[in-house]
Amino acid sequence: MNSEATVVLALFIPLLSAFFIAANDDRPDWREGTTLLASLLLLGVVFSLLPAVLAGARPAVDLLPFAPGLPLRLSVEPLGMTFACVAALLWPLNSLYSIGYMRGNGEQHQTRFYVCFAIAIASTIGIAFAGNLLTLFVFYEALTLSTYPLVAHKGTPEAMRAGRLYLGILIGTSIGFLLLAIVWTGWIAGTLDFAPGGILAGKVEGPAVAVLLALYMFGIGKAALMPFHRWLPAAMVAPTPVSALLHAVAVVKAGVFAVMKVTVYVFGIDFLNATGSSQWLLWVAALTVLLASFVALTQDNLKARLAYSTVSQLGYVVLGAALATSMGVIGGSMQIVMHAMGKITLFFCAGAIYTATHKTEVSQLDGLGRVMPFTFGAFLIGALSIVGLPPLGGSWSKWYLLAGTADAGQWAMMAVLLVSSLLNVVYLLPVAARGFFVPRPPDGHPAGDALTGIREAPLACVVPLCLTAFGCLLLFFFADGLYALLAPIAAH
Amino acid sequence: MIAHLPALQVIIPLVSAPLCALLPAGRAVWLAAMTASWLAFLIAVLLLDRVLAHGPISYLMGGWPVPWGIEYRVDALNAFVLLIVAAIGAVVITFGREIVERRIRLPESKQSWFYTAYMLCLTGLLGITITGDAFNVFVFLEISSLSSYVLISIGRDRRALTAAYQYLIMGTIGATFILIGIGLLYVMTGTLNMGDLAARIPAVADTRTIHAAFAFLTVGVCLKLALFPLHLWLPNAYAYAPSVVTAFLAATATKVAIYVLLRFFFTIFGATFSFETMELDRVLLPLALVGIFSASVVAIFQDNVKRMLAYSSVAQIGYMILGISLVSVTGLTASISHLFNHALMKGALFMALGCVSFRVGAAKLERMAGVGRTMPWTMGAFVIGGLSLIGVPLTAGFVSKWYLVVGALEKGWWPVAVLVLITSLLAVIYVWRVVEVAYFKPAPAGQVVREAPLALLIPTWALALANLYFGLDTSLNVGVARRAAEMLLGVGP
Repeated sequence: MNSEATVVLALFIPLLSAFFIAANDDRPDWREGTTLLASLLLLGVVFSLLPAVLAGARPAVDLLPFAPGLPLRLSVEPLGMTFACVAALLWPLNSLYSIGYMRGNGEQHQTRFYVCFAIAIASTIGIAFAGNLLTLFVFYEALTLSTYPLVAHKGTPEAMRAGRLYLGILIGTSIGFLLLAIVWTGWIAGTLDFAPGGILAGKVEGPAVAVLLALYMFGIGKAALMPFHRWLPAAMVAPTPVSALLHAVAVVKAGVFAVMKVTVYVFGIDFLNATGSSQWLLWVAALTVLLASFVALTQDNLKARLAYSTVSQLGYVVLGAALATSMGVIGGSMQIVMHAMGKITLFFCAGAIYTATHKTEVSQLDGLGRVMPFTFGAFLIGALSIVGLPPLGGSWSKWYLLAGTADAGQWAMMAVLLVSSLLNVVYLLPVAARGFFVPRPPDGHPAGDALTGIREAPLACVVPLCLTAFGCLLLFFFADGLYALLAPIAAH
Repeated sequence: MIAHLPALQVIIPLVSAPLCALLPAGRAVWLAAMTASWLAFLIAVLLLDRVLAHGPISYLMGGWPVPWGIEYRVDALNAFVLLIVAAIGAVVITFGREIVERRIRLPESKQSWFYTAYMLCLTGLLGITITGDAFNVFVFLEISSLSSYVLISIGRDRRALTAAYQYLIMGTIGATFILIGIGLLYVMTGTLNMGDLAARIPAVADTRTIHAAFAFLTVGVCLKLALFPLHLWLPNAYAYAPSVVTAFLAATATKVAIYVLLRFFFTIFGATFSFETMELDRVLLPLALVGIFSASVVAIFQDNVKRMLAYSSVAQIGYMILGISLVSVTGLTASISHLFNHALMKGALFMALGCVSFRVGAAKLERMAGVGRTMPWTMGAFVIGGLSLIGVPLTAGFVSKWYLVVGALEKGWWPVAVLVLITSLLAVIYVWRVVEVAYFKPAPAGQVVREAPLALLIPTWALALANLYFGLDTSLNVGVARRAAEMLLGVGP
């Protein structure tokens, strides 16, 4: 099969699986089997594209004409390939985990859950392979809409409120700012295609560049740049598998991926450098990184703490883009992968703890590490990867980002990155430390009695989180492959 | 036969109207009305096809030459509008039978009269669109208006009577103004044929009589198309009419009025006179913007979903007028394609709502709790229509909004572009109020609701899918709209 057909197939596998899942509403085993099968198929299809892209091929295919000269187009380039690989790799693991979690907790409306999940993955693939801004926007909106039912899943007043906030911020920013930016771009550049080196150079100048950049950066609400980050902590009312794959990987990464794509292929890093229009963005990103870390420190709810940690870590990617140097862009793109692997591990652990013990607060975790050694061990590995310590994947992205700040001579930014790493240590490691080192409350104490009889979460939950923790380790040793894939985006 | 298509376009529905009155209620009359409607649709398709291939068609009624006889003239613009009206007319009547038999305030013996009124209304709307004679426009306008008063007044709710009366008063004022305008034009030019009018008006354009005619026509037509602040008749009329009537009128009547506006401003008076001498855009633009904004806000606070959609219609009409007031090819393309797209989305929404009230018994928001689960197909169509109304990508609504924003930016009107986008967000709010109640609120205990019958679902879904199809393949709704826009502005081929 040629690679053009493969690209289309990658989009349609999850989309078609949504229909089969819906059709098997009353047969849970078939339904979940379809999810698993589709996720494995997608994994195979996406990775089959990898050799060609590494060899320099850029398969592209036009789906439909939207307007003269403006088709819905899929095209594969290294950045999108990376993002698609991340999503395709984590979907099977997440599906396995979802089955354990959703059954373990007896959640309602599971068919709706799996259908929306499959559509969300299809949208993610569409974003990753988008060949122009229009296509990106189309799938970006599809992702927002398909994840709304997942956020509001429980249907409680709290979940409904969170759903409204989620939809309000994401649709509001995307229609209010992003669509405007896209139409403006199309009007001045005469094209909406992503092109190496950008399409705006020489077409716009002066303060307008910074304004346009601002419309993009705040318009991509999924990147959770402050002050448009509130939807992410709110979305934590969703079942944990949703938080894990969508709000640590697919949705938020779609946001920062779009930021990267716009920086590299619409503005072009040389153009941004020459005009200095991204200076303000550096500071906004730095502020997001630090403030979100501080907020994370104050959160006792484990998922809320992880959510603010995500906001902070997304700031790294935006910061890498705003540096507008090759190292910055590569570091930022690598951060997309490394953070995805680390954060999904942490969320899996949070969900496993909830499934086994129904505990949600960090302060309730005392002594649990000894009864749930795999979960807490994986949490420790994921946390260390996010902090950026070797021999874990996260160290590479931090390294390239630091190199990027040095290249650009942005010493203040280097300081921000280092301080933030310290903050990561302070808010993530205590979670694991409480589990392992704080002695469990004595018997006879109500909190101690509650612990008797607790064991690890179901196997379907524990296996995926061990695998992703192992993945963090693997990424450290195979980072050069990732670098080879990403290198072409910075050199044009 | 082919040569007489323009005449048949009007005559077939016209003849079917008395025929319907003679047939007994039930299947027979419905079949007759449906056959005539689908034939009209077929003719509209053929006409559009011929116009696109061979250019405008001129048809002389009864063979009388132009100054004496009535000319039917079909070009890209009205062929497109004919297609919209005929398509919606056919789909809605297919949908209508169950509603007519079970949900309107008519004894069985009188149900045939519903079809008569419906076919007369369709005849009137098609006639307004196809004719090339200004007085003939007024005649058909009266036919469609009178029959629509009847259609509205047979709503289940007794308030339908006052709503119809209100519409009658406002509609008659509008029609009278239009008649005065046409009369003044006739006094000054001695002709009623649109082509002749266009040729003779420039010679006398600088007179107070022509200016007065222009003003009368503008106000009269704007009353009929419910431009803010002349929209007050619309929300009640749409809210209390039977759902089948609302779906039909919302998707066609205001569209035809906008067509009349386009025809008078661009073809008869000419863009230069309308927008440079009379500076009409200075009036239309603010009214459109205020209308879009205020109607969207009011829609958010409605508890009757039908009424909410009615206010949304006022806002959507604002978008069309906004596109016209840009006086550019892109702006007009946006307006004309929005005629089509809005017909699809409002048709789907009102029909889905018709399915809901068919089972639940009312279109109140609180009565819709839980219907997302009990009537999944109906609400699926509603959500698609709602997304199209918001202007989400991959739906028809996105297409027209896209061109509207591009048009505003071309002019450098930043605030207008921003306002268009902000009001889309208001649409998110009012559509989502319904979605939340339908999907996430549990149905009241003891309420047993089944999915709507297939006879209602199939036409509803046909329009819902059309929303998706024309969001992807824009060669019809944008391609033809652009040709019509270029023709109106006298640029392009």
